[in-house]
Amino acid sequence: MNIFQPIGKAFLGFLAATGRLSLFAIVSVSHCVRPPIYPRLIGRQMIEIGYYSLPVVGLTTLFSGMVLALQSYTGFARFSAESAVPNVVVLSMTRELGPVLAGLMVAGRIGAAMAAEIGTMRVTEQVDALTTLSTNPHKYLVAPRLIAGLTMLPLLVLVGDIIGVFGGYLISVYKLGFNPAIYIKNTWQYLEFLDVFSGVVKAACFGFIVALMGCYNGYHSRGGAQGVGAATTNAVVSASIMILISNYLITEMFFAK
Amino acid sequence: MSAEANIPPKIKVADLQKRFGPKVVLDGLDLDVGVGESVVVIGGSGTGKSVLLKCILGLLEPEEGTIEIDGQPVIGLPTADREEINRKFGMLFQGAALFDSLKVWENVAFGLIQGGRSDRTEARDIAYSKLADVGLGTDVGGLWPAELSGGMKKRVALARAIATTPEIIFFDEPTTGLDPIMADVINDLIVKCTRELGATALSITHDMASARKIADRIAMLYKGKIIWQGPTSQIDSSGNEFVDQFIHGRAEGPIRMEVRAP
Ligand SMILES: Nc1ncnc2c1ncn2[C@@H]1O[C@H](COP(=O)(O)OP(=O)(O)OP(=O)(O)O)[C@@H](O)[C@H]1O
Ligand SMILES: [Mg+2]
Repeated sequence: MNIFQPIGKAFLGFLAATGRLSLFAIVSVSHCVRPPIYPRLIGRQMIEIGYYSLPVVGLTTLFSGMVLALQSYTGFARFSAESAVPNVVVLSMTRELGPVLAGLMVAGRIGAAMAAEIGTMRVTEQVDALTTLSTNPHKYLVAPRLIAGLTMLPLLVLVGDIIGVFGGYLISVYKLGFNPAIYIKNTWQYLEFLDVFSGVVKAACFGFIVALMGCYNGYHSRGGAQGVGAATTNAVVSASIMILISNYLITEMFFAK
Repeated sequence: MSAEANIPPKIKVADLQKRFGPKVVLDGLDLDVGVGESVVVIGGSGTGKSVLLKCILGLLEPEEGTIEIDGQPVIGLPTADREEINRKFGMLFQGAALFDSLKVWENVAFGLIQGGRSDRTEARDIAYSKLADVGLGTDVGGLWPAELSGGMKKRVALARAIATTPEIIFFDEPTTGLDPIMADVINDLIVKCTRELGATALSITHDMASARKIADRIAMLYKGKIIWQGPTSQIDSSGNEFVDQFIHGRAEGPIRMEVRAP
């Protein structure tokens, strides 16, 4: 009988945490759409998320595209389906690997930075100082980050898709001996709008999750350097888990028959 | 006197209770601050002075009691109304709490720019003149907060607190970390803000010289309550042994500091 007690307690704790997070999200989103907005702050976050994440996302997608070509070629050779390599590469990239890899990399890079920055502001009373200067922290700190995450990750993913496909092309043409023109033609042939679009929707969702978890954990951090450290870890771990779960849900929504 | 009686106190705190978990910090605290009055709260370290200010500012939610600003109850106000009230406030945090992503002058100008009270150039000029008021030259305005000494941060934070010429100013230990001469300059500045500009001030300090200089009235906080309050001139003849022990800084007396020899 006693074993139910900790389970129930954990469940209630989970419900409470979900409630707090939802409330935080609702309040913050409402500040995204109500004036005043801060174009300077949004711009700075967009550069931070979009521009400075390009090298990381570019490298990961490039090598993933290369590996994808190599793996699918050697795998498909077993039943003489090597010609499917271009389609496999482009579909995997646009539907799955582009958004998920970019999401996870940005979670590590940006989610952690957001949690650390806002967390430090919280424990050094800078968040309180904002409030006393009649500036809402949700509006000043959280909303610009949410907007930037939501808009920049789709762009990053589009660029990542192209780089990933290019990586597959490099390996296929220069190592596996594909004809360049045929490779490109096959890449385009079976690609549908929905493949790219679903990836972009995923990216927007992941960008929102990363920014939300970074801000939420930073905002609620307490207890000095150690608290900020814990907030940073939580931001990255929870964002990564939520990315993978929502990735499944969105895929289900788009492609389940 | 009869005309004044109709004006509600600028700040009215009644029966305020605040605890953190089992630990009771404020336990039925009452305090009024009149319009244009300068009140200093004294009390031992960790007695809840900063917590009191944060409750009034709406940064902490007390468990019980009422707080009124200009006769308007403020606990549990919706955010928009709270922001409106906060426009009357200026606050100097004990730890300065400067925004380290902004330059020094941007910190001072923050309330002016965000509140839409001035445009950037005008706010910049005001910021530099406020920095001069606290004894910091124009070269400091372009620095980052991380490049300042502790006392300089405190003075920048003070400049930020008074930049918007607020109606009510809270000073949490304005002179700690300053040399005696600069402390006196800051005391004069606080006196100027209250006596000349008519602001209401609620300050916290351990520095009795500073308290005597800036206070119209002194209140002593002990065990979550105001145990004595009276005009500054009566602090030496309060007849309260707690107050006597505190202002003379004696280890022996009714206040037992929780120190234990190993
Ligand atoms: N956020 C918090 N969580 C838990 N306890 C707190 C918190 N803030 C303050 N306290 C507790 O409340 C008590 C009063 O703290 P406060 O900062 O008001 O002291 P103080 O009177 O300002 O002291 P000092 O003169 O040293 O600044 C302390 O014992 C502190 O441990
Ligand atoms: Mg304090």
